[in-house]
Amino acid sequence: MSDVIYDVKDLRLSFPDMSRKPILGPAPRIEILKGLTFQIPKGEVLGIVGGSGSGKSTLGRALIRLIEPDSGQIDFEGTDITHMGEEDLRPLRRRFQMIFQDPLSSLNPRRRVGGIIAGPLRLQGLEGIDARVKEALDMVGLPRAFASRYPHELSGGQRQRVGIARAIALRPDFILADEIVSGLDVSSQAQVLNLLEDLVRELGLTLAFISHDLSVIRRLCSRILVLYQGEIVENAATADLFATPTAPYTQELLSAIPLPDPDQVWV
Amino acid sequence: MRDTRAHSRKPGLRLWLSGGWITILVLAALLAPWISPHDPLAQDLFAGRMPPFWQAGADPNYWLGTDSLGRDVLSRILHGARLALTVALIAGVLTCLIGAILGLIAGYYGGWADLVISRLVDIWMAFPPVLFAILLIAVLGTGMTSIIIAIVVIDWTRFARVIRAEAMSQSKMDYVASAQVVGRSRFGTALTEILPNVLPTIVALLTLEMGIAVIVEAILSFVNLSISTDAPTWGGMIAEGRTSVHQAWWVLVFPLVALFFTVLSFSQLGEGLKDHFDPVLR
Ligand SMILES: Nc1ncnc2c1ncn2[C@@H]1O[C@H](COP(=O)(O)OP(=O)(O)O)[C@@H](O)[C@H]1O
Ligand SMILES: [Mg+2]
Repeated sequence: MSDVIYDVKDLRLSFPDMSRKPILGPAPRIEILKGLTFQIPKGEVLGIVGGSGSGKSTLGRALIRLIEPDSGQIDFEGTDITHMGEEDLRPLRRRFQMIFQDPLSSLNPRRRVGGIIAGPLRLQGLEGIDARVKEALDMVGLPRAFASRYPHELSGGQRQRVGIARAIALRPDFILADEIVSGLDVSSQAQVLNLLEDLVRELGLTLAFISHDLSVIRRLCSRILVLYQGEIVENAATADLFATPTAPYTQELLSAIPLPDPDQVWV
Repeated sequence: MRDTRAHSRKPGLRLWLSGGWITILVLAALLAPWISPHDPLAQDLFAGRMPPFWQAGADPNYWLGTDSLGRDVLSRILHGARLALTVALIAGVLTCLIGAILGLIAGYYGGWADLVISRLVDIWMAFPPVLFAILLIAVLGTGMTSIIIAIVVIDWTRFARVIRAEAMSQSKMDYVASAQVVGRSRFGTALTEILPNVLPTIVALLTLEMGIAVIVEAILSFVNLSISTDAPTWGGMIAEGRTSVHQAWWVLVFPLVALFFTVLSFSQLGEGLKDHFDPVLR
């Protein structure tokens, strides 16, 4: 079992539906994740793809226990974290990290970059914080002088690098990346993806990469999980999925990818 | 981006002017017993209604003239600043502390804490504030402590409401989720992540509240609900000056000007501080 980081069994999660809440009594619940079972082996880059509202972010946030599932089980490196309280989770938190979609929202605007990266390190009681901050900035390709800048003084791509630096500075075993290039322009997207590829290789990261864009996932991920309305409709190696998609929804997604060379269609 | 920067460079002037006036006022209040040319309570019935120094018939000993009882207007304004600023400081800070803490709890923790605090604010704000103040003073009796209590009791809701809304919108930002990801406690997150982001609003509200406190104190003095009628207060002077405005306009105008600049400076100081020290705006 030691080669599996996440072992997820029949994961179910629902939210209260406030729009249909009766005046008295609890709101009815909408099921968002409808019994998901899958594993994430160590060192794998797992792509999670699906339409908007399919439950990708909810799944990701359940994995790193930002939200608590209703039922089922999440084992993280052999520890059942499904219903663990925040106190017990705290020592584990260093080991699973997250990079957010919108760095403008995920980086505290009133903190300098150095403080943003150092904060988690200090909180987790690590030593040699200055050196670690510098190293993290080096690894994501940002000048060390950026440590004294505020997030709003950086470009979109640079901000997302700070988000990555914060996550990897803790040297986690697992990183969740939720739509981390969706907000960037095309050239920054490519750069951030390159960086992530390098980091995965250098640090041997296990990564769950959430995206609605199959072409981004194809490049980075070894395995792909296709989510449709809260259910896994396909779970296959990337090459297999592109060669022989089995679920109708996957075929739909594939046909939506723009052709690599549109000119050929027209001539 | 460039544009807003060019714009926010200028408020330096605003900060200097408002800060300058408040500094002068604080010094005047602190040093009033030593720099006042006269005893603010000393009457001189032979020197009543003397005009300010530049007018004909002025006594150079009384720069800003005297009132109908022959008391020195300047000395009374200086001593009046003591009460005005004491009330502004204590009432402002207390109001701010109570309101901001409750607002932060309601906005960040949500749930039943929010329910209780928000209902309380709603009910509280249903009372007309002026009536509320007069009622309170009637119960508590006049005096500086009563004024301060009245201001705090009435105005904490202003802070609570604004800070709650602000904390609530900040709580939805991903940097709060990110603090949870790295294992920061709820309380630690409120203190180290949310608070720095609502602090500019708190500072702006605090200085605004100080200005309001000065006005409230003046109004209560004006209607004779402040401290003893003899004591020099700006509101009391304005009330007296109003009755003799045709014979001695200076008794009314000088304390009014002091009041006006003080309230204006307080409200501008908050904005100026925000523009100058907030890294996001700077
Ligand atoms: N905190 C929440 N409360 C209620 N409903 C939510 C909450 N978070 C997400 N949802 C709902 O769950 C569904 C899945 O959301 P999400 O996981 O964000 O989808 P995705 O990331 O795939 O676009 C959506 O319909 C969304 O409205
Ligand atoms: Mg999402």
